[in-house]
Amino acid sequence: MSLDLDQFHATFFEESFEALDSMEAALLRLDVGTPDAETINTIFRVAHSIKGGAGMFGFNDIASFTHTLETLLDELRAGRMTVTVQISDGLLQSVDVLRAMMQATQKGQPFDPVNANALQTMFKDLVAAGSAPAAEDDLEALFDSLSNAANAENERKLAAATATPRWHIRFRALPELLNRGNDPLRMFEELAMLGTLEVRCDLSRMPSFDEIDPAVCYLAWELELETGAKRDAIDSVFEWAEGDCELEIRRMDPPAPEAPAPVPAPVVAASPVAAAPAPAPETPAPAAAPAPAAVSVPATPAAPAPAAPAPDAPRAAVNESNSIRVAIEKIDELLNTVGEIVITQSMLSQLAARFEGVHADRLRSGLAQLEGNIRELQESVMRVRMLPVGSVFSRFPRLVRDVSNRLGKQIRLQITGEQTELDKTVLEKIGDPLVHLVRNSIDHGIEMPDARVAAGKPAEGTVHLNAFHKGGAITLEVSDDGKGLDRTKLFAKAVEKGLIDPNAQLTDDQIHDLIFLPGFSTAATTTDLSGRGVGMDVVRRNIKELGGNIELKTELGKGTKFSITLPLTLAIVDGQSVAVGNETYIVPLVTIIESLQLKPGAASQLVGHGEVFSFRGDYLPVIRLHEMFGVPARREELHEGLIMVVEGDGKRAGLFIDELLGQQQVVIKSMETNYARIDGVGGATILGEGTVALILDVPGLIRLAAERQVRKVA
Amino acid sequence: MSVTEKTVDVNSPRQVLTFSLGEESYGIDILQVQEIRGWSPVTHIPQSPEHVLGVLNLRGSIVPIVDLRTRFNLAADFTPLTVIIVISVRTESGRKECGLVVDSVSDVVDLDASQLRPAPALNGSATAGVIEGLATLDDRMLNLLHIDDLVGNELSSRAA
Repeated sequence: MSLDLDQFHATFFEESFEALDSMEAALLRLDVGTPDAETINTIFRVAHSIKGGAGMFGFNDIASFTHTLETLLDELRAGRMTVTVQISDGLLQSVDVLRAMMQATQKGQPFDPVNANALQTMFKDLVAAGSAPAAEDDLEALFDSLSNAANAENERKLAAATATPRWHIRFRALPELLNRGNDPLRMFEELAMLGTLEVRCDLSRMPSFDEIDPAVCYLAWELELETGAKRDAIDSVFEWAEGDCELEIRRMDPPAPEAPAPVPAPVVAASPVAAAPAPAPETPAPAAAPAPAAVSVPATPAAPAPAAPAPDAPRAAVNESNSIRVAIEKIDELLNTVGEIVITQSMLSQLAARFEGVHADRLRSGLAQLEGNIRELQESVMRVRMLPVGSVFSRFPRLVRDVSNRLGKQIRLQITGEQTELDKTVLEKIGDPLVHLVRNSIDHGIEMPDARVAAGKPAEGTVHLNAFHKGGAITLEVSDDGKGLDRTKLFAKAVEKGLIDPNAQLTDDQIHDLIFLPGFSTAATTTDLSGRGVGMDVVRRNIKELGGNIELKTELGKGTKFSITLPLTLAIVDGQSVAVGNETYIVPLVTIIESLQLKPGAASQLVGHGEVFSFRGDYLPVIRLHEMFGVPARREELHEGLIMVVEGDGKRAGLFIDELLGQQQVVIKSMETNYARIDGVGGATILGEGTVALILDVPGLIRLAAERQVRKVA
Repeated sequence: MSVTEKTVDVNSPRQVLTFSLGEESYGIDILQVQEIRGWSPVTHIPQSPEHVLGVLNLRGSIVPIVDLRTRFNLAADFTPLTVIIVISVRTESGRKECGLVVDSVSDVVDLDASQLRPAPALNGSATAGVIEGLATLDDRMLNLLHIDDLVGNELSSRAA
């Protein structure tokens, strides 16, 4: 193969990971004992297409593993083996193993084959015990011979080898064939791509050499084609030559045993060989299995390909067909350009405000309309970046199943609002915090079945994942009907850990907030599930980094609900512009608590902490922004300017600024594109007049100020 | 990293944009020049070296502005002729754009490899290691700058 395959690697991995997701979803749908044939087919297709791709790219470990998987699935599909708990668990594990294998391969790292080998051995034993071993060897030999062939070739041949319909084609060119631009050679090449082709040429009508007219075709051919392709596909090869040749296409071998019931024909209606292998490209494969594998549907009535995805697979249905795959960079580029237009527009509006005369009003109303249009455009582009949160929720059925099995708890997972859309970047980063919260709910929230019954609750606990839009933000909720948090225990624990003063008077909300403190964990014994050293403080920090917030509501004995509020996008931030000297800075609105003016002498020097002032009973450090950023200040005395109380990472501080300017939505631009990361600066934006303003990174700024204070003291 | 570039340049004359800083003439390879624009006030950025004046908005990109006078230990001096040469620089973390503040832009000249003399070793001077060569043009000495080495590292590493 002279083709450079590297460029397809990314696509292979991307599609395979998606396919694995759908395989996992299908496995979770799979009922032990009464498996749904289409579900098994979906799983089989995934294994098969990954095997094909891996074989083509020379990822032999993956190919060999999926091959074993496929063999087992084939047995299941054919009904020669039944789905047991052992098999369904093994298949789920194999999803994990495959993911790990592909991640390692993608990064070019070596892969620890222990799990894979163990699973592979188990599957092989199962297959050997469950059916004749010969089938396995045959496929193995077949696979080895094919593993290096191209993907398409591979699958076609596999389909051909398992089904092997043979076609006999007699093709005699009429003299004018060549005049119409038809080239038999091309047609045969096309046929050869469908399967194995044998060509015999009939020279009997060839005239003697001096009588040959070079523009006339005197030849006839007998072809034998072995292919899994449909009659339609063969016909289409000769489509253009129709009328210029004598053509006869005949199936040679007896057709495969007819299915007793008419197969619900997939998409293509009346195919001449309805019962014969129907190639998968025609079946509406769920979009999650993007590389349509040429799976031959066995001639058993058990496996009709349904014309529509199963109703219990709404996600697959949503993703189907009417979408295109676009690189995220292209969308970001678009978003950037739109951001530029917004800036240019506001520049023009400012300019137009100064114009006088008859046309000025018309100019201004035109610009106002333009502004409206641009806002709409901006929102549309932002929506392109949005994905349904269901893609993150979909990993939880598996997690809940695994964790609850291990703990011996009965848990039902309820998912609602999975269609709610969220920015892709936010979506990618919210997965881990959610996993932690769900694990916590299962581990600490939901009680053991007997304890639940004793408390008058159903033995089966419920964990509920919910998502909805509220204002300009999205809210994700993780709630359970478990035992809830005990405020006296929380309080005692916090005192024991030295996090709070034993005499402190705390409101309910403040007590609930304790679990977000670093070094706080409510479980008396840490299990391997929740106690991984990742505490709720990390969850909260991750969410804060996304510009979001997490809150907690709990009722003892009734349950706990975590609500995460996130901005819809990371590309735009609601900001407050502030002036310091001649510079303008943007403070993200979510970090601002309030702004106030200090009375002269209200701030005092505290050793080791620098300047502090009293705010609602706390002493907060003053951060003089002009000193931090080394810009000349207009105001030196604290009471002359303003103190803006901000919060980041749970710490509060007062930013000393000259004055407040206005509030606006700004497009965030990275400083790192052309420069480097700067402590205390989250990015930059371009203001209406075309100048650059830095966006403050409040948690970073507070950290930086504390470090400087320490250095000053030392 | 510029070895291949230099070997290519041996036989063909290269075009160089010349500009002045104080009394001296400097040149940079024209292929690295994106645009030349008038001086406009920049937005100050914290924790940056003294010669990084700040950032500017260049058609939507946030671009750092380096004052070559300060970089070469000359007193800062902004006149109506002061211009910003926007260049594209290779750094460890990919191509970056950067603006160079210079006194004025002079000309574009063709430089033969034969006209170029290696720079004398000037250890410790502000220009040490960033002069690719010297050329004599109309009785004036031209310092050909190796711009990637001059600003590349500062732009890619985290600001100190």
